[in-house]
Amino acid sequence: MNQKNTIGIVKSKQFKSAFPLVLQNGETLDEYKLTYETYGTLNKKKDNAILVCHALSGDHHLAGRYSKKDKYPGWWDTLIGPNKSLNTNKFFVIGVNNLGGCSGSTGPKTINKKTKVPWGAKFPIVTVEDWVNSQNALLDNLGITQLAGVVGGSLGGMQALQWAIQFPNKIKHAIVIAAAPNLTAQNIAFNEVARQSIITDPDFNKGNYYQTPTKPKRGLRIARMLGHITYLSDDVMGAKFGRKLTNKKIGYNLKTEFEIESYLNYQGDKFAKEFDANTYLRMTKALDYFDPGNGKTKQLSKVFKKIKAKFLVISFSSDWRFTSERSKNIVKSLLDNNVEVSYAEIAAASGHDAFLMSDPKYHAILETYFQKLLRKS
Amino acid sequence: MSNKKISNRYDFSIISEWIEQDYKVLDLGCGDGGLLNFLKKEKNITGYGIEKDDENWLKSLKNGINVIQMDLETGLSGFEKNSFDIVILSKTIQSMHNIEIILDEMLRVGKEIIVTFPNFGYWRNRFQMISGSMPISKELPYAWFNTPNIHLCTIDDFDQFCQKKRFKVLDKLILTNNKAIQFMPNLFGALVLYKLISK
Repeated sequence: MNQKNTIGIVKSKQFKSAFPLVLQNGETLDEYKLTYETYGTLNKKKDNAILVCHALSGDHHLAGRYSKKDKYPGWWDTLIGPNKSLNTNKFFVIGVNNLGGCSGSTGPKTINKKTKVPWGAKFPIVTVEDWVNSQNALLDNLGITQLAGVVGGSLGGMQALQWAIQFPNKIKHAIVIAAAPNLTAQNIAFNEVARQSIITDPDFNKGNYYQTPTKPKRGLRIARMLGHITYLSDDVMGAKFGRKLTNKKIGYNLKTEFEIESYLNYQGDKFAKEFDANTYLRMTKALDYFDPGNGKTKQLSKVFKKIKAKFLVISFSSDWRFTSERSKNIVKSLLDNNVEVSYAEIAAASGHDAFLMSDPKYHAILETYFQKLLRKS
Repeated sequence: MSNKKISNRYDFSIISEWIEQDYKVLDLGCGDGGLLNFLKKEKNITGYGIEKDDENWLKSLKNGINVIQMDLETGLSGFEKNSFDIVILSKTIQSMHNIEIILDEMLRVGKEIIVTFPNFGYWRNRFQMISGSMPISKELPYAWFNTPNIHLCTIDDFDQFCQKKRFKVLDKLILTNNKAIQFMPNLFGALVLYKLISK
């Protein structure tokens, strides 16, 4: 194993668009900002850049800490850093907060210059395609004409895939982890329950809650709790919590008694404090709408015809929200087009969340693939 | 467990001779990717390996092979009909459960197929059996209790199988210690290579 170093103290930056962005829903954003972070150094040829796309609740803060007092590092700190699997001594790694997000990029809670109030409900529903377009604008600004790779898990994996479709000449490798070519009905159903819990929260106020004293925290926390259940496997939940009680005895009341309840409540509370409900709604919509193949395998293979990137596709055996079968659908359509692809199904217990874990086998695969990128670029 | 550890370059070069320049190749149970890399160098082939074992999968990736992790026993459903010039199953068939399914699948996906396996009828194997123990050899390096090999056969067995399945044998080569065997191959041949198509 390589010596593992942390990236240390990091600072986020902001990119202000020079051009308007035409969105898939027909609207145009006259201007927008993207908050992003970079790690490592862009080389002279500018060919060592790796874009890391975040999933539903992620952001641009991939690695390192903002200050020494910071309790947690960025969300993929286990992977990204000097001499880590995604080695920042070799690669220039970029994390972007997606458009519509709530961590600095233009989104529902941003002040709309025209109306002088936060966008709120009026902020458009953005799609994976829109994100890729906006990320591309940032790369133009950084002078990067071709990415060595785009990496992402879950919704982030969908962006990596979309990059290969949308800008075939601008991406050399796509690393698509725990993703799918589109969501199943069951997946959309989960998202709809999450959305309904937010929308029906009396504090939601049709999405215009930034000027009101209360925020739809109840809805957001239930949405998060539901999400959390689906990101874990039955096995890992059983192993971690089982039927353990927080107190010694059953109380025959409606208080939180089982440890799993307490865990979900804690996660829900934490998330409701940090995240924005309008952003959550938009992220789930982007997931639901993503469907480059229009629901058809043959169409997906057709769309993949233009792909020039090489692929690494990874799934996790216990992931029931984005199953291995769905990753195999992607692989199948890549194979139909003779795209260079490797596919691994990792035996991991953690469910969909496994893509965030630092399983040694998983990271060894990524590390090997990134090293391969260096050899060829 | 893989039988590929005993790979000798000679059977690679025979396989290479049976393959045209720039062929699109699928190697089932590709181990560390050694054969595909050899064919890349010799014949500029493109293609993929399939490997179930985690360690071998990673070795293949390290060796620059496009490698798909899947279980061959479930067939080749991710691959279209006639999408490869050749599909290879090298020293793997003897460890598979459903031989008929995989050979039918190979012939669906590949225009031609190559199958290689250790000949159980090799005299050294027979001799060990007569002496009262399960054979252990260069081609069959496992003890009875840890062998992955469950479907061992002789050359004669396989010939009959090909007849029954209406597979046409395009090429056949029998090797012992890297030498081609002509005389009584079912007795004196250790490793056998077939090139087949559907009749």
